[in-house]
Amino acid sequence: MTLTDLTLTEARDGLRQRRFSSRELTEAHLAAIEALNPRLNAFITVTAERARTQADAADAAFARGDAGPLAGLPIAIKDLFCTKGVRTTAGSDILGPFVPPYESTVSGNLLRDGAVMLGKANMDEFAMGSSNMTSAYGAVENPWKRRQDREAVLVPGGSSGGSAASVAARLALGATATDTGGSIRQPASFCGIAGIKPTYGRCSRWGIVAFASSLDQAGPVARTVRDCAALLRSMAGHDARDSTSVDCPVPDYEAACSRGVKGLRIGVPREYRADGMPGEIDTLWQQGLAWLRDAGAETIDVSLPHTKYGLATYYIVAPAECSSNLARYDGVRFGLREGAEDLTDLYERTRARGFGAEVKRRVLIGTYVLSAGYYDAYYLKAQKVRALILRDFTDAFQRVDALLTPTAPSAAFAQGENMDDPIKMYLNDVFTVPASMAGVPGMSVPGGLDANGLPLGLQVIGRPFDEETVFAVAAAIERAAGFSHRPAIRAGNGA
Amino acid sequence: MSYTIEGSTGSWEVVIGLEVHAQVISRAKLFSGAATDFGAAPNTQVSFVDAAFPGMLPVINRECVAQAVRTGLGLAAHINMVSRFDRKNYFYADLPAGYQISQYAHPIVGAGTIEIELADGSTRAIGVTRLHLEQDAGKSLHDQHPSLSYIDLNRAGVALMEIVSEPDLRSPEEAGAYLRKLRTILRYLGTCDGNMEEGSMRADVNVSVRPHGAPFRTRCEVKNVNSVRFVMQAIEAEARRQIEVWEAGGTVEQETRLFDAARGSTRSMRSKEDAHDYRYFPDPDLLPLVLDEAWVAELEAGLPELPDARRRRFIAQYGLPAYDSGVLVAEQATADYYETVAKGRDAKLAANYVMGDLFAALNRTGRGIGDSPVSADALGALLDLLADATINGRIAKEVFEAMVETGEHPAAIVDRQGLRQVTDAGAIDAAVERVLAANADKVGEYRGGREKLFGFFVGQVMKAMAGKGNPGLVNAALRKHLGETGE
Amino acid sequence: MSLDPATVRRIARLARIRVEESELGRLQGELNGILGWIEQLNEVDVTGVEPLTGVAQVALKMRPDAVTDGGMADEVLANAPQRAGGFFAVPKVVE
Ligand SMILES: [Mg+2]
Ligand SMILES: [Zn+2]
Repeated sequence: MTLTDLTLTEARDGLRQRRFSSRELTEAHLAAIEALNPRLNAFITVTAERARTQADAADAAFARGDAGPLAGLPIAIKDLFCTKGVRTTAGSDILGPFVPPYESTVSGNLLRDGAVMLGKANMDEFAMGSSNMTSAYGAVENPWKRRQDREAVLVPGGSSGGSAASVAARLALGATATDTGGSIRQPASFCGIAGIKPTYGRCSRWGIVAFASSLDQAGPVARTVRDCAALLRSMAGHDARDSTSVDCPVPDYEAACSRGVKGLRIGVPREYRADGMPGEIDTLWQQGLAWLRDAGAETIDVSLPHTKYGLATYYIVAPAECSSNLARYDGVRFGLREGAEDLTDLYERTRARGFGAEVKRRVLIGTYVLSAGYYDAYYLKAQKVRALILRDFTDAFQRVDALLTPTAPSAAFAQGENMDDPIKMYLNDVFTVPASMAGVPGMSVPGGLDANGLPLGLQVIGRPFDEETVFAVAAAIERAAGFSHRPAIRAGNGA
Repeated sequence: MSYTIEGSTGSWEVVIGLEVHAQVISRAKLFSGAATDFGAAPNTQVSFVDAAFPGMLPVINRECVAQAVRTGLGLAAHINMVSRFDRKNYFYADLPAGYQISQYAHPIVGAGTIEIELADGSTRAIGVTRLHLEQDAGKSLHDQHPSLSYIDLNRAGVALMEIVSEPDLRSPEEAGAYLRKLRTILRYLGTCDGNMEEGSMRADVNVSVRPHGAPFRTRCEVKNVNSVRFVMQAIEAEARRQIEVWEAGGTVEQETRLFDAARGSTRSMRSKEDAHDYRYFPDPDLLPLVLDEAWVAELEAGLPELPDARRRRFIAQYGLPAYDSGVLVAEQATADYYETVAKGRDAKLAANYVMGDLFAALNRTGRGIGDSPVSADALGALLDLLADATINGRIAKEVFEAMVETGEHPAAIVDRQGLRQVTDAGAIDAAVERVLAANADKVGEYRGGREKLFGFFVGQVMKAMAGKGNPGLVNAALRKHLGETGE
Repeated sequence: MSLDPATVRRIARLARIRVEESELGRLQGELNGILGWIEQLNEVDVTGVEPLTGVAQVALKMRPDAVTDGGMADEVLANAPQRAGGFFAVPKVVE
């Protein structure tokens, strides 16, 4: 038995049955990281000693009989979550020296439940990107390979690229991720794993480096839907330190995975047929709908008329918020400082040096759309269109219980592709952004492979705070798809 | 007579609006659990929220909201049941997040009024445009090091109420009266201590000038003036500067200026020059602030009687002149003191004692009403001794001074020093007879028509009785003896 | 709406990001590309639509007025690039 090939819930059961120890499980993952991280670059920081200590503590808890729900399970934490005493960079040079004196609520919840932190996962700088190419700590390699083109280095998607790649390559059983416009779902799709962005407000944002506050939401990525359910149950919950955190009970998501879809009405939004989308993505989508019908669901055509405006709206709202959220990186209280003659010079040099090109672009766009004379034309307009996007979903959910769409308009692309024009890169998120704008939950689940042997995901979108139905539908697809493909580069198989 | 400044081309009217930043009285900050105490060691009252560390989020303090609502109610202002927080974006060393959370578009309190009283006894209603909640910034110290500024974030995030007036004020005197009245109201409400020296109340003064009756002209904002006197001086200095500019054929540019109290003049503030584009937008970390009707009603029910109402009541209930009432209600503690003294006693006499002897004693001893050497109960007891004729008015003054000195109860002083007034007719008659016998010549003159000598005899008798004679009985006895051969 | 070099400079100044003259042209092109693409929102009729500021449409929760934080100047200052005793330090500011 290869410990790194277990799913998170299988490993959990193995630990509970004392078939192996957390220390063994953790060592297996640390060895895999040691072997593969130099190539994949999925981790910015590996916290091996801390992981061993936590694993031993979990083993002791098992021995005492008071182990938490995630005790002893090694996972990766996206480097956007502040971790007490462990450097947290957000993928940026400007936070290069930053060691938080506090633990984010979500990572703290996981630790509370016994999880073992292997390290901090690589990511696009400040979560701005769809390829992990904007990280100041280098690109992440997608562990999958094209059948026909073994040389091409593929991107894992972004911004949670390190999280997704580490889970796909079996360097971790699961990982935390965050999603602002698709940063959980798109990399999950690119890496052949599952990932859920819960309803906005379901997980606390406290201690997560902010990108766009009205959109940011934490969620898990893992190799199965059930694994995601187990992780989300620990991550979620009301937090009085986050005013946008919602005070409603966290259900047993794992139970929802076995519910089935009989009698559910699944909406098929007609606007999700993008121009130039590969035919096999449409084919997979139809296949997904057929699986759900076979499992007893009814599929219904619906319309989300403002879908096509989601991206443009997003590229006003998110940059506007980020231009303000990132103002605190000024070289005064933490992080990088560039020596300077006066304070303005200090700000300008620190930020010019500390931020990468994509972050600067978005900060500048955000500054512009909020500036005097342009606010109404851009920001206010975007907020109104956002209201229409939300209304689309609200209307659709009058008629259906969930929606099924493709997760992304393409499979993983190679490093260097889509890099010449920012907008081309932005189009990656065309199917994920609307749910972000509306704050509703969305999950990507692997559906199959394309002709190149690369994974493709399907997206399940649910009503606000109805993650249970999302899990039920995603689990049904997972069962029907029987997706058992593994990436070329993975623990025990260096490729 | 309205206030004008005479220029070389004619007379000018001054138009003033005030933006007052009043620090909310609360234990913790507006959006964090750090303390608000004044004078702590640097950066010891700072949470990671206040220092804008990555991932930190604001959570609003209920008491700060309550204080803003109380203040709104105290200004007879409209309470907005739904308000919202915006971000005001600019870079400054003591603004950790690079934005200030403030209520730009939707303040918690709308229009209200403050009634001011002027020296000539007239009153004017000054419009309050709005009151909003916002965070204070930290403090930069520029004089500690030759090439560095030091940053202390203790004040960063403390709740402020920004109270904006309409441009209704027309003179330094009116601006001073407005500030003093606002401070009185805030203190009555217990929402701000009004302490300008410690910076818990600061004023931005908007000043413009115009020839009489002409439309408004460009205004300048004089920032962060920290005393009533400086506000009045800053207005005059800035108005004179603007008049000079206009009269020289120039144009006043809208700008932010600082008042230099040592020079008595204002100067342009360089650091604010390119900070005009604040890029306000709703703070996505906070939801709309929705007030509960019942809660607002509860806050309203808990309000104290406010100075205007109290002044009107003092006039009606105690029959005091408007001026006395105004003086007595200016500080809540004084008004409370007065009412304790006046209750069931001669209210006018009580007012005279508080505003006269007590104020003088406080002045002399450098103490406030809160730590007055003479308690309200003790002063009341003194008035009781007067009322029941135990002592006379002159002795009462002596006893009061002894009370200031020793803090003793008046009855104890009277007993110990034997100051009880003499009402025994025999003793008084004897003293009168002695005095008249010793001044036979004066008695003759008096009887010859020099009636004003009566006062002289009273003085002599009182002197003979060591001041303790009952004045009424002494007068009666004198009249009787002097009149034996007269009328 | 299209940005000219002066506007790019002004925006960069507002954002406190130093932009070298040599970068200006490229940046101007990229920003105009993005802004031009965003203009598609002009097609959307938003008459009578209330702007949506966030999706968590509930009322703000309030916390009690209690001192629960602070008293940790060393931790607050621990990450500072420059400090002077209990203060953060920056190049001297002229007001
Ligand atoms: Mg002001
Ligand atoms: Zn203000």
